[in-house]
Amino acid sequence: MEQTTERKARGQVAEIWHQFSRNKGAMVGSFIVLVIAFIAIFADVLLDYDTQVVGQNVAERLQWPSAAHWFGTDELGRDIFFRILYGTRFSCSVGLVAVSIGLVIGVTLGAIAGFFGGALEEVIMRSTDILSAVPNMLMAIVIVSVLGQSIWNLMLAVGITSVPQFVRITRAAVLTVRNQEYVEASKAIGLTNGKIIFKHILPNCLSPIIVQATLRVASAIISASSLSFLGLGVPAPAPEWGSLLSGGRKYIRDYSYMTLFPGLAIMITVLALNMMGDGLRDSLDPKLKK
Amino acid sequence: MADTILEVRNLKKYFKTARGTLHAVDDVSFTIERGKTLGIVGESGCGKSTTGRAILRLLEPTDGKVFFNGTDITSLSNSKMRQMRREMQIIFQDPFSSLDPRKTVSQTIAEPIIENRLLKDKKAIEARVHELMDTVGLAQRLVNSYPHELDGGRRQRIGIARALAMEPKFIVCDEPVSALDVSIQAQILNLLQELKEKMGLTFIFITHDLSVVNHFADEIAVMYLGQLIEKAPTEELFDHPVHPYTRALLSAIPIPEVGIERPERILLKGEISSPIDPPEECRFAKRCIYTCETCRKSCPKLLEASPGHFVSCHLWKDFM
Amino acid sequence: MAEQKDMVLEMENLNVKFVLEEETVEAVNGISLHMRTGETLGLVGETGAGKTTTALSILKLIDSPPGVLECDRMEVCGQDVLKMTTSELEHIRGSLVSMIFQDPMTSLNPVFTVGQQIAESLERHENLNKNDAWKKAEDMLELVGIPRERAIEYPHQFSGGMKQRVIIAIALACSPRLLIADEPTTALDVTIQAQILHLMKELKEKRNTSVIMITHDLGIVAETCDRVAVMYAGRIIETGNLDEVFNHTKHPYTEGLFNSLPNIKKRKHKLQPIHGLMPDPTNLPKGCAFAPRCNYATEACKERRPELMGFGGTHQAACLAYEQAGFHIERGKTNG
Repeated sequence: MEQTTERKARGQVAEIWHQFSRNKGAMVGSFIVLVIAFIAIFADVLLDYDTQVVGQNVAERLQWPSAAHWFGTDELGRDIFFRILYGTRFSCSVGLVAVSIGLVIGVTLGAIAGFFGGALEEVIMRSTDILSAVPNMLMAIVIVSVLGQSIWNLMLAVGITSVPQFVRITRAAVLTVRNQEYVEASKAIGLTNGKIIFKHILPNCLSPIIVQATLRVASAIISASSLSFLGLGVPAPAPEWGSLLSGGRKYIRDYSYMTLFPGLAIMITVLALNMMGDGLRDSLDPKLKK
Repeated sequence: MADTILEVRNLKKYFKTARGTLHAVDDVSFTIERGKTLGIVGESGCGKSTTGRAILRLLEPTDGKVFFNGTDITSLSNSKMRQMRREMQIIFQDPFSSLDPRKTVSQTIAEPIIENRLLKDKKAIEARVHELMDTVGLAQRLVNSYPHELDGGRRQRIGIARALAMEPKFIVCDEPVSALDVSIQAQILNLLQELKEKMGLTFIFITHDLSVVNHFADEIAVMYLGQLIEKAPTEELFDHPVHPYTRALLSAIPIPEVGIERPERILLKGEISSPIDPPEECRFAKRCIYTCETCRKSCPKLLEASPGHFVSCHLWKDFM
Repeated sequence: MAEQKDMVLEMENLNVKFVLEEETVEAVNGISLHMRTGETLGLVGETGAGKTTTALSILKLIDSPPGVLECDRMEVCGQDVLKMTTSELEHIRGSLVSMIFQDPMTSLNPVFTVGQQIAESLERHENLNKNDAWKKAEDMLELVGIPRERAIEYPHQFSGGMKQRVIIAIALACSPRLLIADEPTTALDVTIQAQILHLMKELKEKRNTSVIMITHDLGIVAETCDRVAVMYAGRIIETGNLDEVFNHTKHPYTEGLFNSLPNIKKRKHKLQPIHGLMPDPTNLPKGCAFAPRCNYATEACKERRPELMGFGGTHQAACLAYEQAGFHIERGKTNG
């Protein structure tokens, strides 16, 4: 009976899950992210937008947290808890769409730069440098100011500021993989460059891209909240967390709960995403095994 | 008349570096007959791997021509070259990095068939993959395994199966057993020998290990610093090496026998000189114990010292 | 006593396990080695046989956890290594026992000059001041065939072969009694290998150093060693002097190794590889570890683990087949 020198290996995905599940922080973070995602998906069904989210009730304004209003009410009598719950939809959608924009553009440019090199690489990388030299917030503000205030423009603005990181990470990963012999082997069996990039190179660059994407969602949420805080994000009365923060500013001295809860919401979401992203990075890195 | 399948004419591959032009392959010419194996041997930096890749245009030659079955492949367009690749394949040295870690055994072997549309039917492709796995001695149960689950010897067999998938006529083997354990090396060498006999393939076998190539090659070409310095049929090279470098190389190989008479070992002095902007002299002059004035003035040409035995040395007559 | 002074290494029954989260790797299983002054022992085996682990154990360089080192007795030049504290071990590492690792490219620190790296060892072990240590470092460079002016250069300015010479200089700077060389020439070209082996032979003879030469190349063993120990799956399965093991081979695995070797003197002879693969060190078979691949295996071989038995002189081999009278392997027959 033949024995091999390799131990019985799990499949790659099973191995990654095994490493990930042993990281307590990552598991907690992922759980929270899942809960938030769940809320975001079902908020529309669970809550009645008109009465619970934007419905004003002046009689109940500025109430501290109580059994009736878990997080209290704002200056227009709206229940802050419900508004925060509904706000997950904005955070999640902006996070996902913005990062998707950044990813698609960034990975494509990074792959082209890394694979072809030469003048093409120079042009792409220097453009990326120029783009990243402009502070993210400033860039986003400019875009929204020029294109107008709407959730789509918010996503676009945040998305564009995510591009440089994806370009750099993809290019670095592609440069490493490009020198592997299996890429040469693909050329030897007659694949075109495009096929080589999409079939062989990019699938092997996924790890850093996935980690980056997860972490970028967190920073996208912060960016979106910051823009909304400045009044350039989703227009009122939409309960985007940044807007909630902004709205609570005037009342911060006497009604601090109005800024506390939206702030906590942002913080917990971002923290959870970061822990999940770190866990992913650790479990996808074969050298850190054990 | 000899049935020449491959002709390499004045092949050059230079790389531009910050310190000057690196002459990786410098004016190499040879021919190979159909069904024969040419061993290209040399130490690190001699340009043997670069030669192999330049012949297949995995690296574009700086100058020179390569004729495959009479066609000048160096001047073919990219798409015509892709078609030509079906006949000319390569087996790589490193069984770890030459396989895509995200593709299963069958996906790797099937890829050349699918991408070149040689078979369209899924069942036909599966059958062909099974057939190839059989040919190289891979158990059928490994068909959905990933490279990291298998050892070096099996991975190398996958590489061989992939190279055979398109039924090529000519295969470049770039140090195919150097990364394997001794007992596995022998298994793979025997496999290659079988394939050569069964399928009438023509091989270029690149290696630094002369003892490995003597079992396999009909002719051996020795390279040093980008140049072909000796070429002869295998028996002839081992029995009557002419070039001082070849003789030093042969004498350096440790022999696993005890109690026999060992020939005086020729120890070379110094280290290999730089391939960057080499001066106009014999490239081996600095290390050769026989160096004379002529050797330092010009580069010797490849001459036929005896029938079929070519040497590139100013003093070759003294060594016959 | 004269006897004790003469013994450079006495290792009895070394066992090394690596306890990982899901499995235990049995890397070394009951190795005993005895080295005298001036002897060169070739430790032969393929990847995973446990040679490097054995070597690292002598200097107690095994990471523990996850490594677990057990040994009945381990004495270097009469000193008990097993009981030593880390600082005592640091004392003998580099001075009594030196090691050369496999890859010259990564064994040298790129930010220090080669002179500094040799001198460091001298300052530490021979209590020399900086100037004296530097002079001696330059002497060592000359000894290994590198011009002393190059002591101020950095590793990246040297080629692979020269780097290995520097490493030899570092290893021999404090005149160790025992040198462990782990595949010192595997990464080098064959003509450079010839130079390095020649150098090592000269130095060893001049200084009467004992050498453990770890290699998978039987050719190197034939040319540089006095004795051989062949390892398989963490055990020594055959040992003896060169004539005994090469010309009167007893163990089927050793025979298999010889048959797999391409030999430029015997070019017609077809290669006979050993079929199958090395056993999984986390799941070693019950009886003889080589039985699944052995052409001569009997039922007993699958049940009982063989111990080393004597075959005259210093020749020992661990094979149960010899319990049957008149048993011999093919190679033994033709080579007398």
